[in-house]
Amino acid sequence: MSRAVTAVSSEEKLIVAGHVFSSRLIIGTGKYRSYEEMRSAHDASGAEMVTVAVRRVPLDRSSESFLDYLNPSLQILPNTAGCYTAEDAVRTARLAREVLQTDLVKLEVIGDQTTLFPDNEQTLEAARVLVKEGFVVLPYFNDDLIMAKKLLDAGCAAIMPLAAPIGSGLGVQNPANLRIMREQLPDATIIVDAGVGTASDAAIAMELGADGVLMNTAIAEAKDPARMATAMKLAIEAGRLAYLAGRMPKRLYASASSPLAGVIK
Amino acid sequence: MRIFINGESRELSGTPSLAELITQLELPATRIAVELNREVVRRSEWSGTMLHEDDRVEIVHFVGGGAG
Repeated sequence: MSRAVTAVSSEEKLIVAGHVFSSRLIIGTGKYRSYEEMRSAHDASGAEMVTVAVRRVPLDRSSESFLDYLNPSLQILPNTAGCYTAEDAVRTARLAREVLQTDLVKLEVIGDQTTLFPDNEQTLEAARVLVKEGFVVLPYFNDDLIMAKKLLDAGCAAIMPLAAPIGSGLGVQNPANLRIMREQLPDATIIVDAGVGTASDAAIAMELGADGVLMNTAIAEAKDPARMATAMKLAIEAGRLAYLAGRMPKRLYASASSPLAGVIK
Repeated sequence: MRIFINGESRELSGTPSLAELITQLELPATRIAVELNREVVRRSEWSGTMLHEDDRVEIVHFVGGGAG
């Protein structure tokens, strides 16, 4: 049995526009108590891609490059976090590409400061511009099938529906939406982004058919981030295997596992 | 000459190039990206790009972050 599981794991890769990842977990780089803590969590998670934000350089003091603290083997996924208009997101993506020499971008256009919900309209507008400029666009958006279709039609390489508000840790709030998205878009690469709080949340996202999960706060704000990172790694693998295995149907009443015949009288 | 760097007003002497500005600011030349009046300026073009009165320069780098 362990051989079968290994076989499934090794042939299973997450592919985003030609970039191949063995791990289906993508993690953030914010909110850690120290760089050392971040790095040990990254190592424990097995993630091969991490997302970073773009910000103004402070002019009044020297600042070391944050990138130096990342394991050099990691693929860096710049994001447009903090942008509230399509124009600012496009500018941010262009700046990131200039430094990182990668076309990958996690596109975020936020619509509201309290909820950090995406502005879907601006996100779509930015996605169209960036795709035209050769970016590999991974947009954060509401878990809405119609928006998912529009983003894919615009040429996005993968789509990143939220599970719950960013940093909320509430877990998958609308499993039906994710399941519908999976069923209606069987060929799309769906990466659940934002809202996961603990390992079971990540497993549920994967059981619903997500191709991957992106998270930050759930690991960074855990009391022991490295341990939580390990838990997330296992949860993602478990959820993926359960999805591929195909779960049993839910039944209202009991169904005996032992044969009914031959019981002593 | 006055320009705006990351939204802050700065007085500069002479008319430096972008490359000279980066040096004056003691910023590391790697791992930063520069925008002049909302357009990215490639690193190879920094030394040939002269600054003018009221130019708006954005200089960015990378920080830890996940979303929002």
